[in-house]
Amino acid sequence: MSDLSQLLDTEPVVATAGTDMLAASIEQQGSVVERADWRPPHAGTEKALAVLFSDDRMRDANATAISRMLAVRPHLVDIKVARDVFPGMTDRTFLHAGPPLEWDRASGPMRGAIIGAMLYEGLADDPDAAAAKAAGGAIDLSPCHHHGAVGPMAGVTSPSMPVAVVTDAAGDGVAYSTLNEGLGKVLRYGAFAQEAIDRLHWMDEVLGPVLSAVLRSRGPIDLQSLIAQALQMGDDGHNRNRAVTSLFLREIGGALVDGADAPIDQRAEVFKFIDGNDHFMLNLVMAAGKLGSDAASGVPASSLVTVMARNGTDFGIRLSGTGDQWFVAPAPPVDGLYLGAFTQEDASPDIGDSTITETVGLGGLAMAAAPAIVGFVGGTAAGAVRRTLAMYEITMAEHPAYQIPMLEFRGTPVGIDAARVVRTGVLPQINTGIAGKVPGTGMVGAGLVEAPMECFVQGINALAATMN
Amino acid sequence: MLSRVEVHPGRYHDSVRLMQASKALQGVDGVSSALVAMATELNLSLLEDMGFDMDAVVGIGPNDLLLAIHAESEEAIAAAHRALEEALTPNVVRSGGLDAPDPKTIGTAAKINGADVALLSVPGEHAFVEAMEALQEGLHVMIFSDNVPIADEITLKKYGLEHGLLVMGPDCGTTIVNGLGLGFANAVQPGSVSMVGASGTGIQEMCALLDDAGVGIRHALGTGSHDLSEDVGASSTLQALEALDEDPGTELIVVISKPPAAPVAEKVRRVAAACATPVVITFMGETTLEEGAGEVLDMLGRPRPTYESWEAPPRSHRPGSVRGLFSGGTLRSEARHVAMPLLGEIGTREGDDGHTFIDYGDDEYTQGRAHPMIDQTVRVERLAAAGQDESVGVVLMDVVLGYGANANPAAELAPIVERVVSAGAAVVVSLCGTSGDPQGRDAQASVLNDAGASVYLSNAAAAIEAARLATTRTSS
Repeated sequence: MSDLSQLLDTEPVVATAGTDMLAASIEQQGSVVERADWRPPHAGTEKALAVLFSDDRMRDANATAISRMLAVRPHLVDIKVARDVFPGMTDRTFLHAGPPLEWDRASGPMRGAIIGAMLYEGLADDPDAAAAKAAGGAIDLSPCHHHGAVGPMAGVTSPSMPVAVVTDAAGDGVAYSTLNEGLGKVLRYGAFAQEAIDRLHWMDEVLGPVLSAVLRSRGPIDLQSLIAQALQMGDDGHNRNRAVTSLFLREIGGALVDGADAPIDQRAEVFKFIDGNDHFMLNLVMAAGKLGSDAASGVPASSLVTVMARNGTDFGIRLSGTGDQWFVAPAPPVDGLYLGAFTQEDASPDIGDSTITETVGLGGLAMAAAPAIVGFVGGTAAGAVRRTLAMYEITMAEHPAYQIPMLEFRGTPVGIDAARVVRTGVLPQINTGIAGKVPGTGMVGAGLVEAPMECFVQGINALAATMN
Repeated sequence: MLSRVEVHPGRYHDSVRLMQASKALQGVDGVSSALVAMATELNLSLLEDMGFDMDAVVGIGPNDLLLAIHAESEEAIAAAHRALEEALTPNVVRSGGLDAPDPKTIGTAAKINGADVALLSVPGEHAFVEAMEALQEGLHVMIFSDNVPIADEITLKKYGLEHGLLVMGPDCGTTIVNGLGLGFANAVQPGSVSMVGASGTGIQEMCALLDDAGVGIRHALGTGSHDLSEDVGASSTLQALEALDEDPGTELIVVISKPPAAPVAEKVRRVAAACATPVVITFMGETTLEEGAGEVLDMLGRPRPTYESWEAPPRSHRPGSVRGLFSGGTLRSEARHVAMPLLGEIGTREGDDGHTFIDYGDDEYTQGRAHPMIDQTVRVERLAAAGQDESVGVVLMDVVLGYGANANPAAELAPIVERVVSAGAAVVVSLCGTSGDPQGRDAQASVLNDAGASVYLSNAAAAIEAARLATTRTSS
C-alpha cells in the first residue's frame, strides 16, 4: 500500500472518470492522463453496487474465486457410463443443458433431443409416443450443471450414454460431459432420426469402451495443456476445436495403434470418427471448464460468474457468491451465419452448456486467437481482436496458460465479474452453434450472442442481499 | 555453485518464446547456465548434458515446463526467477495498435497508465463505487463530484486512512500536487508553502495572493467542503496535515476552510499545534484569506504587498443595495465576513431583502449545467437583471481564473458590465488568478476595467470597496 509521502514526492499520474474538461486541463499542463469512458451502471444496480463496494469483501472473495478457477489442472482420466457416475440417476433421469426446465416450456431442439434420447434408451417406440410420455411426466428432467456435468446444445445426457470423466490433478474435483457426436443431424441439436440414434449406440458400444481402454493404456491426458497449445493454433475452444481435436488424436494415436485393449477394427473406427469431427474436443474442453467453474463456486461475496448456460428457453447464470441460485432471462436469438437454405426464421433461441467455455476464458472471450472463424464477427481479424480486447474490461484475470499470439501472448480474459458487467454495460460475448427450432431439424448455423443483461442485474442484487 | 531444477506442470509456452526466456536467464548476473523448456525428450537429454540432477524430473512430460539453473547464489536464482516471469509475461496492458476499446472504469483506466491519483467527476450518486474501486487499487482519490451521501464520504475516508491513501473530496474543487493542478487550479510558481483546504476557491485565492507576493507553492491538498463537518471530523484534513508536516519540501502549512464545526476546528488546531512545521490556520468567519496570506508572509519575513487593483474612473452611481454574484463559495463567505460590519445583514439567498451575496456554485443553481466557473450563463443573466433592478446600487462578483475554468470569462462578462454601469450601478470584480494562468490575468482585468468595473486581486479588498461604494452613496 502506498502512503502519502509517495503522493507528495512525485508528480502524480492521473486517471479520470467523468467530465472531459478536467482531463483536458491536466493535458493543458503538459501532463498525461488516462480517461475512463465512464457511464452510469445499469439501472436497478446502483444500490447493490454501493453495498458490494462498501468494503473489501467482494474484492477479496473474487481474488479467492478466480485463483481457484485458475488453479485446476483438468485431466481426462476415463470414459464411463452415465448411470455409473451420477448418483441417484435412474432409468428415467434425463440431464439437460441450461437452467431448470419443464417439458411444457422446452424449446424445439430440447424436445427433439429428449425424444431422441428416449428412443435411444428404449423408453418409446416412436417420436410421438416419446413426446406424449415426456409430456405425461414419464421422465425426470434435471440440469447437467446440478450434477457436475455439462452438455453442448440440448445437452441431453441419458443413463446409457458414455461420459468423459475429467479430474483435477491439482485438487479433488471431477467434472463430466457427454462425448461429441459430430455435426449435422445429431441429438444435441435436437435431431432424432435413426442415424442419430444409431450413432449414439455406436458411441456407447465402441467409442466409449475404446477410449477408456486407450486412457488406461497411456494414462490421463492433460487437457489444459492441449487447449493452451490449440489457442496458439487458431482455436477458440468453442466454435473452433479443430486444432485441439488434432492434438488429442496425436495424444491417443500411439495407444490407439498398438496399446489399447480393443479390436483393431474398432480402434480404426474410433480414429476415423474423431478425425471426421472437428468438434470432438468441444465436450472435453467444456468438462475442463466445468472443473474450473465448480472449483470457483461457493465463495461468499464473490461476483465471479461460475455458470452461463442456456436451455433454448432461458438463459441462466450463477455467481460464485450466490451458490446454487440461477438468474434467468429469456434465451436471446443468435446473430449468425446459416447452413444451406436455413435462415434466422428457422433458428431456436440460444441453447447449450457450451458457454462454460466463455466462463473460463475461452470461446467468444478468446476470439482473437481464432482468425479462421472471423466470418462470425463481420469477417475481419481486427473485429475478432476487438471482441477479445473488450472482454478484459469485465474479467478478473488474464489466463496464465491460455494465451493469444496476436496480443503478444497476453492471457485470455478470464473470470467474468458480474459487478463489472452491470457497471460497464459490456456483456460477455459468446460464440455458439444454432439449432433448428423445429424438433428433429438439427444444426442450422453458428454465430454470436451476448448474455442477457437481466441475468447479471438479478445476480448482483441477489449477491448484495447476501452481504447483511 | 548452486543447481536448481523446477517443474511447472501443464504450463505451456511455445519453443521460440522459451528459447528467448532461456537467453534472458543466461544474461542474469551470477547465472552460469540456464534452461527453460517444455520437458520433451530432447530437452530432458539437454538437461542431462548440462549436468543437472535428473531425479527431479522423473515422470514429467512434454506438457510440463522445465526450469533449470546453475547459479552462484540464491540471489542470482531469485533474479533468474524474476527474469523468467518478465520474459514470459506479456507486458502489454493495451496491446499496441490493435484498436483497443477505451477503458470504462477508473480501475481499468488506472491500470493502463499506472495512475496513482484518480480524479472523479461522475454524478455524485455514482461516485462512491468508482472511488472505492480506485482506493482498492491503491490510488489516492480526488472526488470533484458533489451530492455524495455523507455516510459514503465517511466510509471512503475511513478506508483511505486505514490504507494510507488520501481521499480529497467529495466536493473537492482544487488540488495541486507538485505543481500539477487537478480540478480548478491556478498556475503557481514552485515553492515550499503547502496548503490543506476544505475549500476549492479558498485554496485558489490563497494561491493567487501568495503567488502574487512572490511565494511559491509546493502542494495544495483539497479535502472537500464537508471535511470539517462534525460527521466527517476533518479526517482528510488531519491526514494531509500530518503528511505535509513530514514532507521535507514543506516549510510552512496553511489550513483553509469555510467556517468549520466548532469541535472539529478545535481538533484541527490541536493537531496543527503539535506539528513541527509552522501552521497558519485560516478559517472563514474568523479571518480572511488576505489576512491568512499576510500571516504567511510575516512568518516568511516578507513584506505584505498592496495587491493590485484596476479602479474604474470615479463616477456617481445610483443608490441601492449590494448584489453579490459569486462562483466561489469561500470567496462569498469571505466577502460577506468583511462587508457585514460595513453593510449590516447580508442575505445569502435570492429574494432576500437588502444586500444579498449568492453562491451560484451551490447545487441549487448548477442542476443540469456546469459549474459557474466554467459556464457563466446563470451569472450573466443575474448580472443583466441586477442592472435593470433599480434597488441594486453595486454589483460585486468574483471571476476565477486558472486551469479548468472558463477560457475567457471577461469577454463574456464585459458587454453586460458595460450595460450595468451605463444603467447607473457600480460593478466591482474580485479577480482570482495568478500571472501565470492560461487566461492571462492582467488582460482579463483590463477588459473588465475597460467595461467600467473596478477590479481587485484581493477578494477582501473587492468586498470592502463594494461596501464602501454602497455606504458612501447612501450616506451622501
